[in-house]
Amino acid sequence: MRFSFVIACLGLAAAALSPPACERHDSRARRAARDGILLVGNGTEPKSLDPHIATGVTEHHLIMSLIEGLASEAPSGEDVVPGAAARWESNDTLDEWTFHLRPEGKWSNGDRVTAHDFVWAYRRILTPSLGGEYAAMLYLLKGAEAFNQGKSTDPESIGARAVDDLTLKLTLVGPTPYFPSMLTHYAWFPVHPPTILKHGRADTRASRWTHPGHFVGNGPFQLKTWRFKHMIEVERNPHYWDAANVKLNGIRFLPIDNIPAEERMFRDGQLHVTETVPLNKIEYWRDQQPESYYNNPYLAVYFYRFNVTRGPLRDKRVRHALSLAIDREAITRNITKAGQIPALSLTPPVAGYTGPDTVKYDPAEARRLLAEAGFSDPSSFKRIDILFNVSEAHKTIAEAIQQMWKKNLGIEVGLNSQDWGVYLDAQQRLDYDVSRAAWTADYPDPMTFLDMWTTGNGNNMTGWASPEFDALIAKARTVRDTADRFAVLRQAESLFLDDLPVIPLYVYVRNYLVSPMVTGWEPKLLDSRPWKHIGLRLDPAPSRTP
Amino acid sequence: MIRFLGHRLWQSIATLFAIITATFWIIQAAPGGPFQSERAISPHIREQMLAAYGLDRPAPEQYARYLGNLLRGDLGLTTKYEGWTVLEIIGSAFPISLQLGLLGMAFALAVGLPVGIIAAARRNSPADWVPMALSMIGICLPTFVMGPLLALGLGLKLNLFNVAGWYGWSDRVLPALTLGLYYSAYIARMTRAGMLEVLSRDFIRTARAKGASESSILLRHALKIGLTPVVAYLGPAMAGMITGSFVVENIFQVPGLGQHFVSAARNNDYTLLLGVTVFYATLLVAANVVVDLIQAWMNPRVRLES
Repeated sequence: MRFSFVIACLGLAAAALSPPACERHDSRARRAARDGILLVGNGTEPKSLDPHIATGVTEHHLIMSLIEGLASEAPSGEDVVPGAAARWESNDTLDEWTFHLRPEGKWSNGDRVTAHDFVWAYRRILTPSLGGEYAAMLYLLKGAEAFNQGKSTDPESIGARAVDDLTLKLTLVGPTPYFPSMLTHYAWFPVHPPTILKHGRADTRASRWTHPGHFVGNGPFQLKTWRFKHMIEVERNPHYWDAANVKLNGIRFLPIDNIPAEERMFRDGQLHVTETVPLNKIEYWRDQQPESYYNNPYLAVYFYRFNVTRGPLRDKRVRHALSLAIDREAITRNITKAGQIPALSLTPPVAGYTGPDTVKYDPAEARRLLAEAGFSDPSSFKRIDILFNVSEAHKTIAEAIQQMWKKNLGIEVGLNSQDWGVYLDAQQRLDYDVSRAAWTADYPDPMTFLDMWTTGNGNNMTGWASPEFDALIAKARTVRDTADRFAVLRQAESLFLDDLPVIPLYVYVRNYLVSPMVTGWEPKLLDSRPWKHIGLRLDPAPSRTP
Repeated sequence: MIRFLGHRLWQSIATLFAIITATFWIIQAAPGGPFQSERAISPHIREQMLAAYGLDRPAPEQYARYLGNLLRGDLGLTTKYEGWTVLEIIGSAFPISLQLGLLGMAFALAVGLPVGIIAAARRNSPADWVPMALSMIGICLPTFVMGPLLALGLGLKLNLFNVAGWYGWSDRVLPALTLGLYYSAYIARMTRAGMLEVLSRDFIRTARAKGASESSILLRHALKIGLTPVVAYLGPAMAGMITGSFVVENIFQVPGLGQHFVSAARNNDYTLLLGVTVFYATLLVAANVVVDLIQAWMNPRVRLES
């Protein structure tokens, strides 16, 4: 009797606590859309909102709403349009660029955006004591590398000069036809010097200038609230030069790292845009609600590194044999399953460039090469390990490849799953045989996938070195014409794929959900979000053409 | 009583010191560092990053400095979230975890105690079997199964609550329910066991013989002693609940403290990990002292034993 009384009490309490039906009827997403506020699942809590310290996609999405570079991204496609600079021109050799800033350009506190701010910003990110991880992006500027590495202490030696308040002259180390497209990366974004100096020195890492009430930017939005691990809200910046064309009144970025929870929130009408989709829900959204499901190519590649300084992996025939014995189609079809594209080259097609496409599946040829390398008896092949960081996804792929090598080549390989730190450390010290890896483009140009393999580059981590390859990359940096430059890069990539210090596996895709309430949403190869072109509407949208 | 309290306080400080020292050196021994990235960070940049946080100093010096700062109440800056102090993070997350923990505990007690008492009073009847079987399921079902189930059922299907978020009062219900259900199952079983033990004692038989009513026997005579094991459990349970649960916070997007234990360890965020460990240890030790006091008050034998 008393027990049922307790149950009844609980029921009543639950009913009393639950909000009135009408409130639930109108989802958060609808209410926010009425106020012009976009609700975005943004992966995780950002590391920093300081463009000179931040790294990562989460931070990129946030910073893009708060700060604008010289060039800005077009609403769709990979082109750039004028941003803080109204126009720019270069000299004939494409190594000296002049940017003309907008006279109406203002910071969110009303100050004018000047060329001096950009020069100051470049000097700041290049200051060694700041420890900016993306400082190397600016090595294109003359004198930048020497300054960042402490070989020069004269900031005047950096090839960035303010001719007057609105004219910025940048001198580069070589011809760079794709230079404007690099300027959309936040490493090149300006900062407001007085704000930074008010909260510390120019090189203070843990500065509080990025907190709400302090932050001053020149982007379409300004920072309103930052509740740690809860939400970051930005609101319309009235001082933005193009404020009249900014469609949203604000954006709320929610750090949701639980992927199934994010999908439930989207279904429950609490989000307009998600960061991703759980693998087991892709089929449902793709088939049942295609108007909300997005599947876009993403400029990133999944690959395996070889340690070319070790054992049989020194022989390029062995490396080719291992690559030829992998059925990439089977991996993307049965394991990753989200529409990933089997890799044919290391560089995914980008900006009109296509790689040599020599990567393929050919078990017979693989066996032949392995025999030719002296392993006609597979049992004589010393056991090697595949190193990867702890993750169910990496493990499944490694197991599949282990199976394929066993089946197609008859060789035994081990799996070595390590914590993130140990894995990175082992890779850097070349203490591995085969190691899983991925690379995301920093800017839409094949160079971002290729220059990392030059001798001694910190991201090489294979022990591979080729003076010929280095020379081709250096040559590509001096070629003006894009078609000619791509030809040189393709030659470099052919050489790379012929020596094969890595096995390209697949090209990434991005899967995520966007409510039909969102307008102007265009997929981008680098997953960037030009927020000012995105809007919201309440009436049901006409169905999207895929 | 004063001596008892003084003794326990002294023990607590020694425990805390041992925990801080052990945590510090275990973190030092862990592979990797706070600044790790799939992209190579050039050595000169990494040096500057470490220097910015004093992590370039020898470990004993870091340890001495950490203890010194700790005495001044300074837990340092996090290395993962540039510009935030550990105190700020605990300060923003703890009130939320406290709220969630108290709600969860209130729910756990409101369900667990009556269910346990009734089950003990009606031993070997359906009022015993059914709740006890359910509580066994409650203990066995992990929160990462229960949470999504409640979110799907009460949130998406019945549309009673938001499936996640931490804004209005209604958003508190699902996480508190998920957290509370697990503890209520434990409490119900412990209450039942404690009560059964007491109900078989001689003084209860005496009370019955003297004609005391059944409810007076249960609530006046048996309850205070029968609940001793439950009270002992409440200390750590309370500390566990108010410092948050990683799983529940993660499922319902609650910006509480629990997630930092896991993420700080994963990110090698030395200062944040030390900070939350120190904070949690202090809370746990304090909760245990309070529980000792309550037990001493409830059961004089405890005092003698100490």
